[in-house]
Amino acid sequence: MNDEQRAVSPSGVSRSASEGIAAKTMKLTLRNVVQMMFFALAIKPFMALFIGLRVRGREHLRETDPFILIANHSSHLDTMSLLSLFPLRRLRRIRPVAAADYFERNRFVSVLTKTLFNILPIARKNITAENNPIRRMREAIEAGDSILIFPEGTRGSGQEMGEFRSGVAHLIEKMPGVAIVPAYLVNMGRSLPKGEFIPVPFFCEIRIGAPRILQGSRPEITKALEAAVHELAEEE
Amino acid sequence: MTSITNLSPLLQMGLLVLGVLVVASVAVAVLQRARPGKDFSELAARVRAWWIMAAVFFAAIVVSNRLSLGFFALMSFWALKEYVTLLKTRPADHHALVLTFLAVPIQYLWIGLDPPWYGMFIIFIPVYMLLALPVRMVLSKETKGFVESASQIHWGMMIFVFGLSHMAYLLTFPTIADTAANGRTLVLFLVFVVEMSDVLQYIWGKTLGRHKIIPAVSPNKTWEGFIGGIASAMLLSLGIRFLTPFSIKETLLVSFLITVAGFCGGAVMSAVKRDFGVKDFGSVIPGHGGMLDRVDSLCYAAPVFFHYVRYFYTK
Repeated sequence: MNDEQRAVSPSGVSRSASEGIAAKTMKLTLRNVVQMMFFALAIKPFMALFIGLRVRGREHLRETDPFILIANHSSHLDTMSLLSLFPLRRLRRIRPVAAADYFERNRFVSVLTKTLFNILPIARKNITAENNPIRRMREAIEAGDSILIFPEGTRGSGQEMGEFRSGVAHLIEKMPGVAIVPAYLVNMGRSLPKGEFIPVPFFCEIRIGAPRILQGSRPEITKALEAAVHELAEEE
Repeated sequence: MTSITNLSPLLQMGLLVLGVLVVASVAVAVLQRARPGKDFSELAARVRAWWIMAAVFFAAIVVSNRLSLGFFALMSFWALKEYVTLLKTRPADHHALVLTFLAVPIQYLWIGLDPPWYGMFIIFIPVYMLLALPVRMVLSKETKGFVESASQIHWGMMIFVFGLSHMAYLLTFPTIADTAANGRTLVLFLVFVVEMSDVLQYIWGKTLGRHKIIPAVSPNKTWEGFIGGIASAMLLSLGIRFLTPFSIKETLLVSFLITVAGFCGGAVMSAVKRDFGVKDFGSVIPGHGGMLDRVDSLCYAAPVFFHYVRYFYTK
């Protein structure tokens, strides 16, 4: 699939891409199955019955892999709720980008998050050529996976969105033509704020914007990403 | 052919509700045919939702006591969720809110005990939660907005958890001597009369409504709707007297009490919505809005009906 095609119809499923998914579907690891079971039996019912998740613009997630899903970040519920929107068979294609220093702090957490959420751990400090975050994300996308990333870099208070870091723009610059899907999450930080372990079942909402191709300098791309999420935030 | 009056009260009631729904669906179809220019899609959606609500409610009431309890607990949980989401809570209220939601299963647990623990049921939220909630908030060490948070959270718990849970307790009432009435039939009577009164008030108001009762709170509520709706619901209640131990006069009195209480519940929830600046509490029921938009009148009618029956008909 070439870039022009994508730009015109970002939601259209290209033949080669769907064949690519079909080929990958054959290799189902135990880890994939555990993740699918976990989402089918725990996360999806939890989102429907406890959180009462409302979704607007779900059709934009039909975008063919790979794409880059970006969203505001205020809670551990963010990743869970976004992943819960995908059909089970697509889950293993979606890699949430996560800080290695937090999610790989010990073996238990590491195995758990890799299995259940299929995270793509990236380094925040001591960056070398080998563990360069941009390189890691790029490799995932080249392998045909989509990534989910929170450009604020960390969970905010949930009141106001933090400034976006430039990392995602770096990635987009290196991989022009990959579709960006913006999302805005409402009330997640109220339900499960930073530092809390028991969620309060406030109704939460996910608003998903249309897939888009971004071009320009890094600051321009970062601005455009912020604007895309803000636009969803302003929606009534 | 067996006469309908020989059937069990539950089956008889099921057939009756089925009849009402068929009439409603036919009426909507006729309206659509008669006035093709007008849009009746919302009305049609409402009637469709009534079919589903009636089916779910009947299943929940008839199948087993456990299921009924779970159903009512879920109803309280959902109503509380809708209310709390619209509140302006502070980050410091997190732990108090966890406690608030924890109170839902606990309140229903008292009802689920064998025999139900009435004493605890009737004071757990009004007394113990009233005392415990602010203490949990004190531990969060934030005093700004303390009274506001403590009051509004407990108020919601009283109406949506304590109030609604009376229906679940009513369900456990044993058969009343010398009658066919028991907890289940009484819940059916309460819900049918109150919901029919809501619908009839709407219909009377839409067709004849001129004089507004409380324009500042709810512009749709008129004297014509109020009087017409309550009077016709009272008449209808005579038709399902077989669900109750009441005489004709008493049926009229009781249905007057619960429909007026139901009206008050609707008016109070309208004021709450006004305060929050929303039209509906949610979107879980197509055409109706949120759970609270449907059970608002029951929040008020259930405790009134419960205590009437308990005072006059249990030991």
